[in-house]
Amino acid sequence: MTPRPDDDIAGLRIVGNRHWGRWASAVVVLLLLALALHSMLDNPRFEWDVVAANLTEESILNGVLMTIKLTVISVLFGFAGGTVLALMRLSSNPVLVSVSWAYTWFFRAVPMLVQLFLWYNIAALYPRLALSLPWVGEVWSAATNEVISPFSAAVLALVIHQSAYAAEIIRAGIQSVGAGQLEAAKALGYRPGQIFRQTVLPQAMRTILPPAGNEVIGQLKTTAVVSVIALQDVLYSAQIIYQRTYEVIPLLLVATAWYLLMTSLLSVLQHFVEVHFSRGNSQHRRNWLGRAVPSQESEA
Amino acid sequence: MSEAIRLRGIHKQFSGNPVLKGIDLDIAAGSVTVILGPSGSGKSTLLRCINHLEKLDGGTVHVGDTLIGYQRKGQALYELPEKRVAEQRQRIGMVFQQFNLFPHRTVLQNIVDAPLRIRGQKRVEVQARAMALLEQVGLAHRAEAWPRELSGGQQQRVAIARALAMQPEVMLFDEPTSALDPELVGEVLQVMKQLAHSGITMVVVTHEIGFAREVADNIVFMDHGQVVEAGDARNLLDNPQHPRLREFLASVL
Ligand SMILES: Nc1ncnc2c1ncn2[C@@H]1O[C@H](COP(=O)(O)OP(=O)(O)O)[C@@H](O)[C@H]1O
Ligand SMILES: [Mg+2]
Repeated sequence: MTPRPDDDIAGLRIVGNRHWGRWASAVVVLLLLALALHSMLDNPRFEWDVVAANLTEESILNGVLMTIKLTVISVLFGFAGGTVLALMRLSSNPVLVSVSWAYTWFFRAVPMLVQLFLWYNIAALYPRLALSLPWVGEVWSAATNEVISPFSAAVLALVIHQSAYAAEIIRAGIQSVGAGQLEAAKALGYRPGQIFRQTVLPQAMRTILPPAGNEVIGQLKTTAVVSVIALQDVLYSAQIIYQRTYEVIPLLLVATAWYLLMTSLLSVLQHFVEVHFSRGNSQHRRNWLGRAVPSQESEA
Repeated sequence: MSEAIRLRGIHKQFSGNPVLKGIDLDIAAGSVTVILGPSGSGKSTLLRCINHLEKLDGGTVHVGDTLIGYQRKGQALYELPEKRVAEQRQRIGMVFQQFNLFPHRTVLQNIVDAPLRIRGQKRVEVQARAMALLEQVGLAHRAEAWPRELSGGQQQRVAIARALAMQPEVMLFDEPTSALDPELVGEVLQVMKQLAHSGITMVVVTHEIGFAREVADNIVFMDHGQVVEAGDARNLLDNPQHPRLREFLASVL
């Protein structure tokens, strides 16, 4: 019998693809990165010592708190309002549908900055605000300028802006839940409110969360516009300092560092919330760098 | 024998297109009724009228003594608010072609949630009943699994257990095996046969003539939104009177 080519198969070594291209591109990118880093650290005009000295300055920290406060308020009320708007839009009442549509159309069309100025100057349109009830008469009134502070104008503009965007995201999420799910819940005897909370929302969350996470991070950065009405967020606090010291770049870097930190924390938070709501669904989970890792369930 | 379901003059149309054209049907308590008919004849719509997933354009549905979905005042039927309809639906179990398990809940959670949340029953009680039901459908060992980890046949058996956990008086099945691979059909039919012997009232839309012959007490044959022929299962299968039923049986056998 002649020897066959696969007779000595037991001793064969398996060599994987070497991926030379990957190595080469990694080296190039790392080199460029090193160059950029070197130019930043080596350039005295970055004034890293000033950055370090101001990073935890009291007024800066207060500014950070203001930025967080504005973000939290506008996200909470914005998404609550967005849910109401989305439900109106999906209702079978044509009046509610039109009002919701018009609201989103208008407030997504007007730039945030313009809205901020409009709310801040609303006293020009309505010098007095009053609440009157039929038969009771006027129960409350005040000069608009007493009610509209930079803070309340900022909150109004941010919440209204956020709710218009949240409405679209939530509507898409609700619509992504199959009709069969609603019917199964109805057939079991769940009431409409229970169906929304127990069946629709938890499943809609999977569609809602990725864009909502981006929205929240975007909103955090959007709050920077309030500096134009002299509300002391982290950016305006930095501006106050550099108007005095002329250390413009280092103080902008201080603000940058804080925005970086806050958005990074939000990204990590977003990851954990998404994992929670992907229960029973995803074939693969993603770690916080966005790489797919097998979920424990699929191994079960 | 008393009636579990009584349908009188059911009319239903979709944007002017009549789908049910006056259905009268009495379904005896504890009986198994199989509804046969070509695709598009209105079988699903009829089932969905029984638990008011569809509004009626005419006629009445009674389950036991309860008028479903409406309230009679004088000569008019007023639609009930959704909350009241939801209460009525607790007594009517339904199993769908596409299973429709809740993907964000485990098998056990799918089964216990409705009795806990809607009926407000005690957790220990509900949990024990759920496990007994899972035992009955042969899936006690998958209680902690997620729906997507199960085969279609297993999902459908869980869906049956979920409906039964609400302790309904009647069970509606809309083509429960039509979405399954052929080798998985048997396990679901097996569960349904057991259930038929338990004495619960069942209405089953299916194309499984074998199941109908073995288990059904009565057969209803529908075509174009009407009941063409109805009666004792064996009799109807062995001596179909209406030419359209003969044609239909020839096509599915
Ligand atoms: N929601 C709906 N809107 C419009 N037409 C429908 C709807 N549901 C069913 N139909 C129509 O009603 C007819 C009967 O449908 P169906 O009850 O599903 O039949 P079957 O279950 O016997 O196949 C079909 O012509 C179908 O297209
Ligand atoms: Mg059908």
